[in-house]
Amino acid sequence: MAGRLERWREARRARRQAGTVVDMPVPAETRLDASPVDISPDDPALVHFQNAGGPVDLDDVAFDSEAVRNLRAAGVKLVVPLVAQGELIGLINLGPRLSEQEYTSDDRRLLENLASQAAPALRIAQLVREQEAEATERERIAQELRVATLIQQNFLPRRLPEPAGWDVAAYYKPAREVGGDFYDFVELPDGRLGVFTGDVTDKGVPAALVMAATRAILRATAQRLDKPGEVLSQVNDQVQPDIPARMFVTCLYGVLDLESGRFVFANAGHNLPCVGRPDGASEARATGMPLGMLPGQDYEEAEVTLAPGETLVLYSDALPEAHSPQRDMYGFPRLLGQVGRGPRGPQLIDHLLADLHAFTGEAWEQEDDITLLVLHRSGATPDAPPPRRRRIAEFTVASRPGNEQVAVERVIAAVSDLPLDGARVERLRTAVAEATMNAIEHGNENNPELLVEVEVYAEPSALLVRVSDHGGGAPPGPVEAPDIAAKLRGEQTPRGWGLFLIRNMVDDVHVTADGDRHTVELVMALQGGDDELPR
Amino acid sequence: MMSFHADAHTDGATAVLRMRGDLDATADVALLAAHDDAVAEGADELLLDFADVDYINSSGIALIVTLLTDARRAHRRMRASGLSAHYRHIFEITRLTDYLVLDVDGTVRTDEGAPTAREEAAHG
Repeated sequence: MAGRLERWREARRARRQAGTVVDMPVPAETRLDASPVDISPDDPALVHFQNAGGPVDLDDVAFDSEAVRNLRAAGVKLVVPLVAQGELIGLINLGPRLSEQEYTSDDRRLLENLASQAAPALRIAQLVREQEAEATERERIAQELRVATLIQQNFLPRRLPEPAGWDVAAYYKPAREVGGDFYDFVELPDGRLGVFTGDVTDKGVPAALVMAATRAILRATAQRLDKPGEVLSQVNDQVQPDIPARMFVTCLYGVLDLESGRFVFANAGHNLPCVGRPDGASEARATGMPLGMLPGQDYEEAEVTLAPGETLVLYSDALPEAHSPQRDMYGFPRLLGQVGRGPRGPQLIDHLLADLHAFTGEAWEQEDDITLLVLHRSGATPDAPPPRRRRIAEFTVASRPGNEQVAVERVIAAVSDLPLDGARVERLRTAVAEATMNAIEHGNENNPELLVEVEVYAEPSALLVRVSDHGGGAPPGPVEAPDIAAKLRGEQTPRGWGLFLIRNMVDDVHVTADGDRHTVELVMALQGGDDELPR
Repeated sequence: MMSFHADAHTDGATAVLRMRGDLDATADVALLAAHDDAVAEGADELLLDFADVDYINSSGIALIVTLLTDARRAHRRMRASGLSAHYRHIFEITRLTDYLVLDVDGTVRTDEGAPTAREEAAHG
């Protein structure tokens, strides 16, 4: 009934907007009040008009009805119901005849004919409008989804670290309505690897934006501070003032010592890490408030040591909280059991996903993003053959303007055997030139006695170029993105394109500082082009 | 490294600034002098000819921004020709192409594995 009434109101609005009320010269005292008259869904007039089968003289209506009173007050004498497929979709309202005579039977027949032809046309117009509105809404939702997915995927790592003696694997599958899962790795000095995984408690574009900001702050803080508890505490203090109400971020951050297998972590309300050992699986526990809820939080640290052959598993809520067709929850005990029984190493991801799908059945609609990270200590020692990362060049150039081109030529010569197509070689040239120029001009301040060090590494799936200078200290904070419009208006200097070019030329950039040494690491994927790597 | 030279001539109503060598920070004096020559007669349009430029870095981009600022002040159109596919890509991501027109029918470069301007234009 409510839907029908809504259509009736819609019809009135449409009629008025479409100008179907013909404005004839009518004496002021007989002019109809054209403001809409609402009929409540339980008003008896509704059924009466629908079943009348022709024009209704309001003077003949005997029952009490608010709608009829309002129509009379608006000067309406005769209503002609517009009925399509048995539903009342509108009324033609007429005041008294100008001649002050009653409406004749001819008048009524004419009006009835008019109504019978107008009603289906009006109904079609209403349906078209409804469909247009629905299509616009669907397109809006689809567009928002595309934006959220784009943000999300741009901030997931494009390549995984490949430390000697470890197998690192990740699985991420967004839900239809993209959630706010994220994960990343931070390569730290002294053979350590920072790992974080998190989840923003919301979906869509707002969650994706909070995710992107939190990830950036986490990465920067992890490069500055050693202790995971302090990292989370600082990130919380930076995120908390700006995060929207009712949104927060659960996050686990840990530092893995690749040599000893020791994993020290702190936890802001995220799922506990799980360790698969030869004799089963166990959870390691550290607790703390999610990021963004309250300022000034401390995060306790816990640690676990992985022996060769053992596997660390980090995961987001979607896995333990998945439901079976009977609405049972997958749960932590089942997860621990599967980690205990399943294979060690990256194959564990396939094992867990197969078990999840067996549990949920085929018709399962994934409710949230799924993230699974596996770090497996393979047992191969760092000096065991074959090394997965080999250094293919190492050289220095003096800090003189123009020497960036010397560095470029040496890097290009070193990578000539690697699978890089012409366009990617050109991009590498520009990125190496800009990174070396920055090192010469800003890091070493054009002092020719200071050297810029360049190292080139090949990994199975990526090329790494490290450019180091002596401009140590903390990594620089975010720099203002160059905006050509602002530059042309004189609001920004014409310069400042270096870092922008670097970031757009390669697949990933890491900036680290260690003592007085400042290093920019350029990462370019091999055996792939732009088709495989979304830019 | 190729030192930078630039010279100016007119082609009908268009002032042409032809460059050779590396467009980097060391190019500024020669570039700006040739630019002033090129626009001295108040041309409506300035064509930057990059056909003999093999290297442009961020300082070179900054110099082009400086020329664009001047062109906008003087209500002068700007075009660029002879860029390789790589530098056309850089002109696009820096959004220089919002303010100057890339001439793909001019000199075609074949010095890299990527498609040449003419091939790209032919394949849409």
